[in-house]
Amino acid sequence: MELFELTAHELHAKLDRQETSAEEIVRSVLGRISRVENSVFAFMTVNIDEAITKAKEIDEYITSGKKMTPLTGIPIAIKDNMCTRGMLTTASSKILRNYIPPYNATVVEKILQAGAIPIGKTNLDEFAMGSSTENSAYKVTKNPWNLGTVPGGSSGGSAACIAADEAILAFGSDTGGSIRQPASFCGVVGLKPTYGRVSRYGLIAFASSLDQIGPLTKDVTDAAIFLNSIAGHDPKDSTSVDLPVPDYRKSLIDDVKNLKIGVIKELLGEGIGSSVKSSILEAAELLKKLGAKVEEVSMPTLKYGVATYYLLATAEASSNLERYDGVKYGHRSSEADDLLAMYYNTRREGFGPEVKRRIMLGTYALSAGYYDAYYLKAQKVRTLIKNDFDKAFSKFDCLISPTAPSPAFKIGEKTDDPLSMYLSDIATIPINLAGIPAISIPCGFVNDLPVGLQIIGKAFSEEMLFRVAYTYEQNTEWHKRKPKL
Amino acid sequence: MLVDKIPALPAFGEACREAGLHSIIRSMKVTAKDVEHVAKLARLGLTEDEKKRFTEQLSRILDYAETINKLDTKNVSPTSHAIPMKNVFREDKFLPFEDLQEIIANAPKEDNNIFSVPRIME
Repeated sequence: MELFELTAHELHAKLDRQETSAEEIVRSVLGRISRVENSVFAFMTVNIDEAITKAKEIDEYITSGKKMTPLTGIPIAIKDNMCTRGMLTTASSKILRNYIPPYNATVVEKILQAGAIPIGKTNLDEFAMGSSTENSAYKVTKNPWNLGTVPGGSSGGSAACIAADEAILAFGSDTGGSIRQPASFCGVVGLKPTYGRVSRYGLIAFASSLDQIGPLTKDVTDAAIFLNSIAGHDPKDSTSVDLPVPDYRKSLIDDVKNLKIGVIKELLGEGIGSSVKSSILEAAELLKKLGAKVEEVSMPTLKYGVATYYLLATAEASSNLERYDGVKYGHRSSEADDLLAMYYNTRREGFGPEVKRRIMLGTYALSAGYYDAYYLKAQKVRTLIKNDFDKAFSKFDCLISPTAPSPAFKIGEKTDDPLSMYLSDIATIPINLAGIPAISIPCGFVNDLPVGLQIIGKAFSEEMLFRVAYTYEQNTEWHKRKPKL
Repeated sequence: MLVDKIPALPAFGEACREAGLHSIIRSMKVTAKDVEHVAKLARLGLTEDEKKRFTEQLSRILDYAETINKLDTKNVSPTSHAIPMKNVFREDKFLPFEDLQEIIANAPKEDNNIFSVPRIME
């Protein structure tokens, strides 16, 4: 096995036994990037020199006998909507094409403190708005399993680089499924933590009541290790929650006996591919065989999730994206003779079609005369969806569903039809609306493309998700498959 | 067109729906004029082609969004954050930023550490 193929916990064990060095790991990963990146296109920026310098520093630190963390010397890819001080951060947009943040996102600061090595910044749908990474203003990331299909989105670069072994761990952000759906399409593990579990400080805001940062990893153990180091309260993000962070490694238990697991009926019906459906039912069957009590549960409001989301998320986005006005950073139009012309032209030139569409939709939903009918109504439906989850969790320890209605679709297949693109997030969106955590893990293949199983828990029950996901992983082989590149 | 003159009150939409006049609502969903108005609110310059495309696409998306009207929300309170939140206060304390130049370096146009913009007053 090459070093780049290993997980963070495997590399940590090797470092601990002094069988390898941070520099060897970084060089192995950079070598892999140089071989496959020109077919995957996962990265916006690769930090070649900085990563090697940092690795040498880390090796000195280790040989001086100082204490390692589980992330010491581990190369991590960072989605390009997270601020990295002194390192270009574009959100894959034209309007931030030259933005160099003067500060680090809290999660970036945390992994640096832990001794991890930022290996590069990954491609995304512009401002994380999209489900295929085709909305990047710069490049289309390819799915490593089939280069003619999308990696999912918006964290498509992060999911693809993990599947292609171009990084050991990667950061994603998830507003309506942007960690889990690409994890599903690329056959990797992706966790959206509970809203407030991880600080959003330094994450370029899309929809502030829904956005959450989380890990994309090669296995469940790595997801637990990664969450350990990024979770917790941050005074710089007043929506981060001040609750103790458990050691998530302790929840990696191969046992689901007597756990009550609900299979969501509405997410196995209309619009869900039959082969995806059978993969999920087989996963449910396996969990049952392993001792869980598996039953069907009906959640009738979930089918309204996508409609609700596209009113609320766009409304929040239209407000968050007001800051891109050409004044303090980013692009300013050269046609800026007066202030209004500067705003209009800067934003016309700087935003891509999907971002403009969402700013329009959100502004419309918030505008005088439509606020009650669209925005307020959607907020009330959000309550109903949350109530449906509360009800389900009074009976079940966790819920399962497909992560996405289909495996990865073809590049270009949905770009002309925004609504059909939006509907590919039907199973992930309700989770963001309810603020709860969910993990996607590989659970099968259809036409050589991965299928993801989504495990959903109540607020701050990440330990339950890790336990069920770990048990499933220990009893299957899907996560061991690698794409041929 | 007559429908353009009707004020965009949500109550009107509700009333039409109750009266079963779905076709009226559908045909008036988003007009080119609405698109121009909303683009102005958002300070967003659009090309003619974008205006045309958004008129059609926003109508379709809003048609879909209106499926939530099937749900009765009469006695339901709205949720803005799913996890209970309260206002967080902190001391109003001045803290110097580490390196001012890193901020100013991002300015599209600056003048002695001040962001420079087109004249806003004659």
